[in-house]
Amino acid sequence: MTQSKGCRGLVLPTMAWAVAGVLFWASSAWAQGMLPLPDAPKIESGDTAWVLISTALVLAMVVPGLALFYGGQVRSKNVLGTMMHSIVILCLVSVIWVLFGYSLAFGPDKGGVVGGLDWAGLSGVGVEPYPKYGATIPHEAFMLFQLMLAAFTPALIAGAFAERIRFSALLLFAALWSIFIYSPLAHWVWGGGWLGKMGVLDFAGGSVVHISSGAAGLACALVLGHRCGYRTDYMAPHNLSLTLLGTGLLWLGWFGFNGGSARGANAVAIGAVVATHIAAATAALTWMVVEWMHRGKPTLLGLASGAVAGMATMTAGAGYVSPMGAILFGLAGGALCYSAVVWKGKIGYDDALDVVGIHAVGGIVGMLATGLLASKGVNAAGGDGLFFGNPSQLGTQAQAVFVTGLFSFVGSYLILKVVDGLIGLRVSPEEETTGLDLSQHNERAYS
Amino acid sequence: MKLVEAIIKPFKLDEVKDALLEIGVQGMTVTEVKGFGRQKGHKETYRGTEYTIEFVPKVKIEVAVTDSLVPRVIEAITRSAKTGSIGDGKIFVRDLSAAVRIRTGESGESAL
Repeated sequence: MTQSKGCRGLVLPTMAWAVAGVLFWASSAWAQGMLPLPDAPKIESGDTAWVLISTALVLAMVVPGLALFYGGQVRSKNVLGTMMHSIVILCLVSVIWVLFGYSLAFGPDKGGVVGGLDWAGLSGVGVEPYPKYGATIPHEAFMLFQLMLAAFTPALIAGAFAERIRFSALLLFAALWSIFIYSPLAHWVWGGGWLGKMGVLDFAGGSVVHISSGAAGLACALVLGHRCGYRTDYMAPHNLSLTLLGTGLLWLGWFGFNGGSARGANAVAIGAVVATHIAAATAALTWMVVEWMHRGKPTLLGLASGAVAGMATMTAGAGYVSPMGAILFGLAGGALCYSAVVWKGKIGYDDALDVVGIHAVGGIVGMLATGLLASKGVNAAGGDGLFFGNPSQLGTQAQAVFVTGLFSFVGSYLILKVVDGLIGLRVSPEEETTGLDLSQHNERAYS
Repeated sequence: MKLVEAIIKPFKLDEVKDALLEIGVQGMTVTEVKGFGRQKGHKETYRGTEYTIEFVPKVKIEVAVTDSLVPRVIEAITRSAKTGSIGDGKIFVRDLSAAVRIRTGESGESAL
C-alpha cells in the first residue's frame, strides 16, 4: 500500500514535468514562428486596461447616463419612450459598427473621404495593435472604445426630437445617420481623412460628436416642428432628480470619453481627465451664476446643464490644453451655452432638451478655444494655438467647425425628409397627447 | 346654521385648526385644492423656458357652526391664516338648511 502510494506519488509529478516541458517547447517554437519584429508594437497591459475601463465608462454615459439625463427632463408620459431612445440607439449602432460602420470610419483611407470596407465584419481587426490608432493597445480595444463614441453621438440627438417622434422612424433615422453622417465625419477628423490631414485638432469629438449631433438636432427641431402645446402647455421636466443622477453618470463617464481618447494610461490621458473635470465644475458654476443674475434664482437644472455644457466644450481640447486653459473653456462654455438656450425661446424652434444650445454651441466654442489655447507643451503630438504662436490653427479650427456643422445639418435634413417620406417622422396628435410611453410602447413608468 | 369655507395657504393649516379648536369648533373638513385669485399664480423657469403656474396649491377648510359662532370663526381664521402678503386666501359663508348626525339620527344644531 505504502509503496504503491509512494510510487504513484513519484510518477505523477514526473509526468506533469514532462507534459509541461513539451508544452513549453511547443509554445516557444510556435512563438518563435510568430515572433514580431523588434520594432513592432507591443501591447501594454496598463494602456489596454485604461482603454477598456474608458470604454465601459462611456457605455455608462449612454445607458443609463443619457437615458436618465433626458428621461428626467421630459413629461412623465414620455419618460420610457425617451429612455428607450438611448438604449435602442446603443444596440443598433453597435451592430452597424461591427458590420461596416467601423470600417467606414477608420478603415484604410479612400481619397480622404471615407474608410474602405476592408475591415467590414471586423476582418483583420484583432488583438494585434494597429499603430496608427494606438501602438500599445489591441486594435479591437480601440474599435470598441470608438463604438461607444459612435453610439453616444446619435443618442445625444434624441433630445431634439423628444416627446414626438415615431419609434420606427427613430430606428431608421439613427441607422442612416450613423452610416452616412457619423462614420464619414469620424473618418475626416480621426481616420486619416482630409480634415485630420489639414491639422484640425479635435481630441475626443468637439466636432465629430458635439457639433455633428447639435447640427443634426437643429435639423430635427426644424423638420419635425414643435410639440403639440408648445408655449401653451406646462412642459416642465417631470423629475429633475433623475436628471441629476444622469448628470453624475455623464460626468463620471466623460473621464473615460476624454481620458480614453489618449489611447493609453499616459500623461495625455491624465491631462485630459484633469481638464474635463475642471471645465465641468467651472461651467456648472458659471451657468448657475449667470442664471442667478438673469432670472433671480440658482437652479439644479442649471448646474446640471452647465456641467454637461462644460464637458461638451472641453471635449475638443482635452489633452491639448493646461488646467488653467480648462477654466477658460468652462467659463466660455457655461456662459455661451446658457445664452444660446435663452435665445432659443426667442427664435422659436422646439429643440426640446437643448441639443443645439448645449452640444452644437459647446462643440463650436470648444473647437475654437482649442485653436487659441492648445499647446505642444501639454501634448507634443498635438499642436500650438494662437496664444502659443500659431495663429493659423484658429483658422483651421474654424474651417472644421463650418464643414462639420454644415455637413451634419444638410445630411441630417435630407435623411429626415427621406424617413418622413417613407414612414412618417411624427406620431399623430392624439398619440402625442397620450404620450409616447402608452402610444408607442404600451407601458407606463408610473402606474 | 352656517357653513364657513376658508381657502388658506397650506402651511397655515395647523395654526388655523388650533385657533378654531380654541373657540369651541368641534370638527372640520380639509381638502387640498388649487386655484388663483388676484395673485394670478406664479412663474417657474426651466433652462430659460418660463411657465406660468395659474393654479396655486391651497387648502380648503369647511366648518359647520351655529349662527352665533360665525363672527368668532371668521375672526379666528382671519387672525391665524394671515401673513399679510398676497395669496392669503378667502372666507365664504353660506346658509346651511339641514344637518344630520348619521350615528344617532340627531338633526339640526344638535347634530353639529
